[in-house]
Amino acid sequence: MKPIVRVDSVSKRYRIGSGAAAYQTLRESLTSLVQKPFRRNSKPKYETLWALKEVSFEIAPGEVVGIIGRNGAGKSTLLKLLSRITEPTYGRVELFGRVGSLLEVGTGFHPELTARENIYLNGAILGMRRVEIKRKFDEIVAFSEVEKFIDTPVKHFSSGMYVRLAFAVAAHLEPEILIVDEVLSVGDAPFQKKCLGKMGDVARGGRTVLFVSHNLGAVTQLCSRGIILKQGEKVFDGTASAAVFAYVEDMRTASSTVTFADDPNKDMQILAMSVVSADGELIGSQPHTQPFSILIKYRVTNWTAGAHVCLDVFTENGMRLLWATDVETVDDLSVERQAGLYTAQITIPGMVLTPGYYYFTSGIYAPGRAQPFDHRENAVSIEILDGGSLLANFGIKAHAATMIPLRWETTLGDQGV
Amino acid sequence: MIKMEAPLVVIQPSKRWSLLSFKDIWAYRELLFFLTWRDVKVRYKQTALGAAWAILQPLFMMIIFTIFFGRLAAVDSAGIPYPLFALAGLVPWTFFANAITASGNSLVGSANLITKVYFPRLIVPAAAMLAGLVDFVLAFALLCLMMIYYRVSLTSQVLFLPVLVLMTALFGLGVGTWMSALNVKYRDVRFALPFLIQLWLFVSSVILPSSSVPEKWRWILLLNPMSAIIEGYRSALFGLPFDWSALGLAAILTIAVLFYAIYSFGRVERSFADII
Repeated sequence: MKPIVRVDSVSKRYRIGSGAAAYQTLRESLTSLVQKPFRRNSKPKYETLWALKEVSFEIAPGEVVGIIGRNGAGKSTLLKLLSRITEPTYGRVELFGRVGSLLEVGTGFHPELTARENIYLNGAILGMRRVEIKRKFDEIVAFSEVEKFIDTPVKHFSSGMYVRLAFAVAAHLEPEILIVDEVLSVGDAPFQKKCLGKMGDVARGGRTVLFVSHNLGAVTQLCSRGIILKQGEKVFDGTASAAVFAYVEDMRTASSTVTFADDPNKDMQILAMSVVSADGELIGSQPHTQPFSILIKYRVTNWTAGAHVCLDVFTENGMRLLWATDVETVDDLSVERQAGLYTAQITIPGMVLTPGYYYFTSGIYAPGRAQPFDHRENAVSIEILDGGSLLANFGIKAHAATMIPLRWETTLGDQGV
Repeated sequence: MIKMEAPLVVIQPSKRWSLLSFKDIWAYRELLFFLTWRDVKVRYKQTALGAAWAILQPLFMMIIFTIFFGRLAAVDSAGIPYPLFALAGLVPWTFFANAITASGNSLVGSANLITKVYFPRLIVPAAAMLAGLVDFVLAFALLCLMMIYYRVSLTSQVLFLPVLVLMTALFGLGVGTWMSALNVKYRDVRFALPFLIQLWLFVSSVILPSSSVPEKWRWILLLNPMSAIIEGYRSALFGLPFDWSALGLAAILTIAVLFYAIYSFGRVERSFADII
């Protein structure tokens, strides 16, 4: 069948400055203009990052394609290209239909305007015609469940109402090609369910959908096809369930220790990460009853005020389970570290993670800085085994990803609860 | 041979010299309307005095100018009562100054839209300019009241007024669009613009008639379309003779600025989302 979307060896390069602002001030331009004739072979101040490398694929009308990959794999860049927000550095995209993209809910919502006014404004921004909005107005209002406040400025809305209204408008967008970024992860559980249901309707309605999500469950449920991006390249293209399987397998190959090349240009960088037992031995698996530690070795060359090292724990479904950092209070942000080598040891006690695979991501950040100094996604992993408990019998994994030993006392009689 | 249907949209690296697609802007005309409507609505909702600001701004400027230039300096205002002379200049001037301020800051102010949705970016500065038209109409009503008070009798020259309004709008759009594109790259524009507008006021025949400027400096006024446009408003309203050569030059400059602005805007348009 003739494709409705054709992506032909598309590459996208971003320039990322080392600490340089995204925009210049006139003074900087003038000084560089004055200095240019006197400086030969001056090294540009920015580094380049290939967010997408030679990505090609075709999508047939009616296909629902899930795009999966780790953070920074190029998923969002791909969606931005298809939505015409940014253009490719090389390559070509052909779209044979009207595109509606939903990279965020509530784009262009204005807090001073009423819900009614925002529905029209947001609809127009998403590319709906006025007559189309008028026709669907009642349906949108009903879906959003904010009928009573339709003439209230949205600044008085709770965040839940705001999101519901925003999604309601977006959900009634009816383009031939729908591009959706991780927007379903908003709102409360019943509303999320409703959104997923709506997405399912759209998909079954024969519309072509491109869907980016970290929710692998949603991908298998909604999509017929899955594409995996890894470091800007397409590494897998097949059925959705095969893609999810391949992605999970790929995550599992993360080992218990990894070292990274020393880059003298970086102000702060992560050099190694390991998972070790309480005895300090490298481990690939561990009973859930035992504690273990993650070691992060990093080098400080130039300290930036407020810099902190973070650790994220992800489940194999890509859910961010825990987050920890070496600063706890505002006072900690004023800590200053001399240039040198440091090792952080983060201990996760036993009886916290339930059996399964976990991935550890580490990064060095500073307040007010969009780009991390260094960031290593899912660098190391561990398999938590059942250490002998009732867990296995109850299949507790289905209920919760973590457990915490809570104090639990049982006494006889009515204690006046 | 199978005939291939042409794609609806092709996304590829833009050519350096590509002009804006006017077809695209026409397709998004409803968004232009909604963004203009939003700007107007929000402005009047957020301010305590709301629409009154549109009148107060030129009114107070007129009072101040009348005290300093009309009374103390006793400027020659071509036989027109000075308050009326000043207001006839201030109303279009305020529209122009607000248009370039609002358009100039519009792109940077819409960063969240630009990084999330596609639409022809020129709509953003255009909507900012158009929103100022409402203020202009209100201020113009004040001018009409003043003209009734001073018993000005209209001549057929008033029919030229729409052309002058169009010229003001297009010149404002040109300068504003150019500034908005510059602003994305150089945030200095935000600070330089108010200063530029202040200086510009003095060479735009708002305070003094261009006839009071010494002959050898007159060419500076000629290079500034706003001066000819503002004198044009006075001619149209008060039945004074038009300076057709100055107006003609202003029209040419307006179109030239507008084209240059659209060209330079188009050149950086596609990379806005990457820079903002």
